[in-house]
Amino acid sequence: DIDDVGHKYHLELVLEDILDKDSTVNCTAEVLYHLGNKNIAPDVQFTIEGELKNTDEADNTFYNRIKSLEKELVAENIPDSHGNVSPEMEPIRLLAWVASGYVIWQNSTENTKFQLAQIKHVKQVKRSDEYLEFDYMILLHEMVSQEIFPWQMTVLWHPQHGVQVTQDSRQPKHALE
Amino acid sequence: DQVLHIVPETFQQVQHLQHLCSTLLLDLWKPLLPEDIWAGEDLHIRVPAPLVQELKDSLDQHMISYKVLIPDVQELVDRSTPRERSSHRQVPEGYVYTQYHPMEKIYQWMTQIQKSNSELVTQHYLGKTIENRTMYYLQISQPSDKTKKIIWMDCGIHAREWISPAFCQWFVKEILQNYKTDSKISRFLQNLDLYVLPVLNIDGYIYSWEKDRLWRKNRSPHMNGTCYGTDLNRNFNSSWGSIGVSYNCSSEIFCGSGPESEPETRAVAQFIERKKSDILCYLTIHSYGQYILTPYGSTTKPPSNSEELMYVAEKAAAALMGKYGTSYEVGPTSLILYSNSGSSRDWAHMIGIPFSYTFELRDKGTHGFVLPPDQIQPTCEETM
Repeated sequence: DIDDVGHKYHLELVLEDILDKDSTVNCTAEVLYHLGNKNIAPDVQFTIEGELKNTDEADNTFYNRIKSLEKELVAENIPDSHGNVSPEMEPIRLLAWVASGYVIWQNSTENTKFQLAQIKHVKQVKRSDEYLEFDYMILLHEMVSQEIFPWQMTVLWHPQHGVQVTQDSRQPKHALE
Repeated sequence: DQVLHIVPETFQQVQHLQHLCSTLLLDLWKPLLPEDIWAGEDLHIRVPAPLVQELKDSLDQHMISYKVLIPDVQELVDRSTPRERSSHRQVPEGYVYTQYHPMEKIYQWMTQIQKSNSELVTQHYLGKTIENRTMYYLQISQPSDKTKKIIWMDCGIHAREWISPAFCQWFVKEILQNYKTDSKISRFLQNLDLYVLPVLNIDGYIYSWEKDRLWRKNRSPHMNGTCYGTDLNRNFNSSWGSIGVSYNCSSEIFCGSGPESEPETRAVAQFIERKKSDILCYLTIHSYGQYILTPYGSTTKPPSNSEELMYVAEKAAAALMGKYGTSYEVGPTSLILYSNSGSSRDWAHMIGIPFSYTFELRDKGTHGFVLPPDQIQPTCEETM
């Protein structure tokens, strides 16, 4: 408890590579939830002990595949109702996971617990520069209220420049119908 | 492999045959033991294929005559093995337990399960849903003269938690396939009856297949049909409407217009109320989160038997982890998850059922409600 400021949490955690369960890295972090204005995202400071795996090869493979598509990529329901994701869509899903992490961070309070539930829709947006751009409609599940929040997010990505969410907005519940 | 028929004529021949049996480790079909080989008595030996020639040579050398009784053991085995489609099949042939099934298939499965296991399984009417669909539960009960205590398990109270009904079906299959051979299960059934409700929220489940995969509640209409669904797990008469709910129909945790306002809730509650003095354990299966939750959600005040409840739950979590390393958190909902009122688990405990648990199955959010089918088997195996 920090008077007049908020609540600070000190965390020790282990990061696990989704694609390689044996690859883990220790991490320490400090999260400060602000008192008062709940519309400000919590402050996060972190240190990673060691290095994250190099993913250049996979990044470039994906990048080149999308760059060489004749028509812009369009897909929906990732995963499908049964939980299946086609191999070509795996990177699209991973990108959404990362980007949704940013959206979740920006919208979290001490009383929320968000998870990405599903990608309803994704559309690639043509760009003249070297970046890839995807317009996602995702569903976020919030554990305490059990609500499903449709959320739109515009995601930019480049193998060397990483992920950026340039725009995001919560959608009305019936945006899906 | 071949089976040879030999009638030894002399004591030396008997000795030689005994020697061959022990050095070559031959499979004696008749008699059972080498010391029972006698001159003038029939001898049947099964000889592994690689040794057939060597053995025959040795018999020739010692002037022991033989006949080939079975020229190809495997061929005989294949011919006499009952084919898959035998009438003694315990579980519906071809039913794939590692896939998610729509409601009509589950209805068919229940009928089939009862038909092929009628000595143990009976299907019973429980009630009707708001959209007038029939709710059935399966009773797994070994005939006996003593009255047995009951374990009740329901699945699918929340529509989108597909792994839950998948688990109930798996559970039934496991019990039926193994009760004759597994001593733990057969002991269980000697003393307990199992009542399984594979899908509690049938309308919601169907809706999640046809219209909205992430639907949670039932399908009762409110406000002139402009809003649908009550959260059945907020609708039971356990501190109903007090905490962790919404009074607004558009919320996922809408508790309904009153306790037991929903036909599905009433169907379950009335049955359990009637049988409560015989019910030892109430289990309700959900996803996701990997928890074994004990009462209560509506208050942090511990239940009267909380030590025992925790002890059993911790044992369960440890056994579960022993299978694939999956870790489950154990404890009262109000302390480790969130506050809620009107849950079926709280209600079951409040009316006197000593052991009442909510299981939140895999995973921890990576796939959440949309758990891929390749996780059905490990999830069900570890939970079993």
